[in-house]
Amino acid sequence: MSDTIAGIIDEKGKVRSGAVVPEIGRDDLIRLYRAMLLNRRVDERMLTLQRQGRISFYVGAAGEEGAIIGSAFAMQDKDWLIPCYREAGAAFLRGYSLTDFTNQLFGNSEDKIRGKQMPCHWASRELRLASVSSPVGSQIPHANGFGLAAKFTGRKEVALVYFGDGATSEGDFHVACNIAGVYKAPVVFFCRNNQWAISVPVEVQTASETFAIKAKAYGIEGVQVDGNDVLAVFQVTAEAAERARKGEGATLIEAITYRQGAHTSSDDPRAYRSEDEVAVWKKKDPIDRFRLFLVDQGHWSAGQDKKLEGELNEEIQTAVRAAEKLGPPDIKTVFEDVFEEMPWHLREQLDELNETLDSEVE
Amino acid sequence: MPVMNIIQAVNDALRTEMRRDDTVVVFGEDVGKFGGVFRATQGLQEEFGSERVFDTPLAEAGIVGMAIGMSQNGLRPVPEIQFADFIYPAIDQLVNEASKMRYRSGGQLTCPFVIRTPYGGGIRGGHYHSQSPEAYLIHTPGIKVVVPSNPSDAKGLLISSIRDEDPVIFMEPKRLYRAARGEVAEGDYSVALGEAALVREGGDITIIAYGAMIPTVLDAAEKAAAVDGIDSDVLDLRTLMPYDIAAVLESVEKTGRAVIVHEAPRTCGFGAELAATISEKALLSLNSPVLRVTGFDTPFPYTLESEYLPNERRIRKAMRDSMSF
Ligand SMILES: Cc1ncc(C[n+]2csc(CCOP(=O)(O)OP(=O)(O)O)c2C)c(N)n1
Repeated sequence: MSDTIAGIIDEKGKVRSGAVVPEIGRDDLIRLYRAMLLNRRVDERMLTLQRQGRISFYVGAAGEEGAIIGSAFAMQDKDWLIPCYREAGAAFLRGYSLTDFTNQLFGNSEDKIRGKQMPCHWASRELRLASVSSPVGSQIPHANGFGLAAKFTGRKEVALVYFGDGATSEGDFHVACNIAGVYKAPVVFFCRNNQWAISVPVEVQTASETFAIKAKAYGIEGVQVDGNDVLAVFQVTAEAAERARKGEGATLIEAITYRQGAHTSSDDPRAYRSEDEVAVWKKKDPIDRFRLFLVDQGHWSAGQDKKLEGELNEEIQTAVRAAEKLGPPDIKTVFEDVFEEMPWHLREQLDELNETLDSEVE
Repeated sequence: MPVMNIIQAVNDALRTEMRRDDTVVVFGEDVGKFGGVFRATQGLQEEFGSERVFDTPLAEAGIVGMAIGMSQNGLRPVPEIQFADFIYPAIDQLVNEASKMRYRSGGQLTCPFVIRTPYGGGIRGGHYHSQSPEAYLIHTPGIKVVVPSNPSDAKGLLISSIRDEDPVIFMEPKRLYRAARGEVAEGDYSVALGEAALVREGGDITIIAYGAMIPTVLDAAEKAAAVDGIDSDVLDLRTLMPYDIAAVLESVEKTGRAVIVHEAPRTCGFGAELAATISEKALLSLNSPVLRVTGFDTPFPYTLESEYLPNERRIRKAMRDSMSF
């Protein structure tokens, strides 16, 4: 590990020499662990459902749970999280229920976004989770708006926005960092550098020495952290959030991690990267490492782990069973939520559709 | 002649043109080693090297902007935009730059490039992997828009697009990528831009469509002939800008009735343009109003996409409405 990359626990779960473990109580440590494990097990189960044709698509986060959940844990409930598409774990930690998540995957009648979007594209205004959208990087400038709206109305909120390494190539990333610098926006830009953007490796994405270094040009802070070390991620994110809350401006965090699985259920990474590379990173797995740490610190045991696995499995089973039973949303939902009120032409189109559905054609 | 699907036909067209003309270059997200997320550029980097076939950073404005520069300076770029839904980050480059280059330089500078991009729904792709953005592009003077519906046209039209002197957006019907199969001529083979194909001859009514809607329309036309006793002309436009007005008028003047089908939303969709032009140029031949069967004026939904997309029922209903007007 380079000394410019923040790290607290090593690959064996031991505290690195000279590192200070942040003060987090046992219950919270277990909460973190539980969220990470839930994320992993949900991903495994849902990818299986996808292969079985029971859902159409899925985006997993295997290998990136430390980055996703450690950062979310550093934020307060009043802070908006602006996700990319891989941050279900952050949503779970915030309290987004597995039931809501699973209903969205099925796009069923209980889906909170009413069957409008592909799986893994959730939103929750109540939990301050912005709406997931597929276009890469488009969410990054929104963070300035969330953050500055709070600042202008005297609320001490910070906005945290997630994106991948590929997203830093889009104009939206640069526009957002620049604006954040100019206005000292209370924002944390959280880049999950998982080494790949589908089949494109980071070397093709940038000639910069690091992603974090890009911050310098925009007059904001930039830091690199071991993204597979949930405590280090928590630590740097908490510091960035603190600076932002005090009015000292934005930070770009580069969490160095790895996408262990396929980009999405539509992808097959064997066509572009080696199994050896994957194996090297699996040894740095964020969940294994954190479990070893918890055991080493006397907070956790194999027996407790087994019990937790059982609980999670049960929880996931229950959510899937219930979600799968439900039918699609009502036809009229297609025409709702376009505007606050449905204008004449949409009412006409809804009638037209209903008429065709009712008509006697064979 | 070999039988191919649309992916193979596109790949074959690229290969054919790259062999013939070494100024043709291919680039975009994931198109190099991986061969594209739909595998349309598979094997091209191996054959032509990574100077002519390369991955770019994830930046559509950069990709299109680069094509604009290259095409003014001796190359024939054929970049890929991974999904038509992701063309919007490059919209300024297209609308304000590429489309106006010839005009604003008084004809001195031109942008002969082709953007290949998969479009359309029916793959459970929700908002962002299903859109049909042709109307924005057709509305931009200076850009050509081409939409094949089958493998043979995909090859022939792509080759013509690459040889064309203007910027072309080549919209590939992703739902048909592997579903549509057919014979494709080997080697150098082209289909002229701007020419529609009459893919079914009837006489009672004209159905005008393009791209992924063609198989749906043809099914509806057969069913209408068998069940409803309505025998239709089906016109596959193939090129939307500039489109084949002569073919449209010839058929409509014969049948006196027209139904336009596209999956993009209705308001200001290409069907609106066609309907207006037909009524301007052939009003006295019409026996009934020109009708449209289109996607609804909503974002593209996920769960209920089959209800959203024009289907056989809706097309046949429009045909019956037109006949009984
Ligand atoms: C504007 C845009 N262009 C292309 C795509 C297709 N696409 C989806 S994800 C992706 C790669 C993203 O990589 P990265 O930002 O590193 O995030 P990761 O998926 O690795 O988490 C691409 C090219 C898209 N969704 N949006």
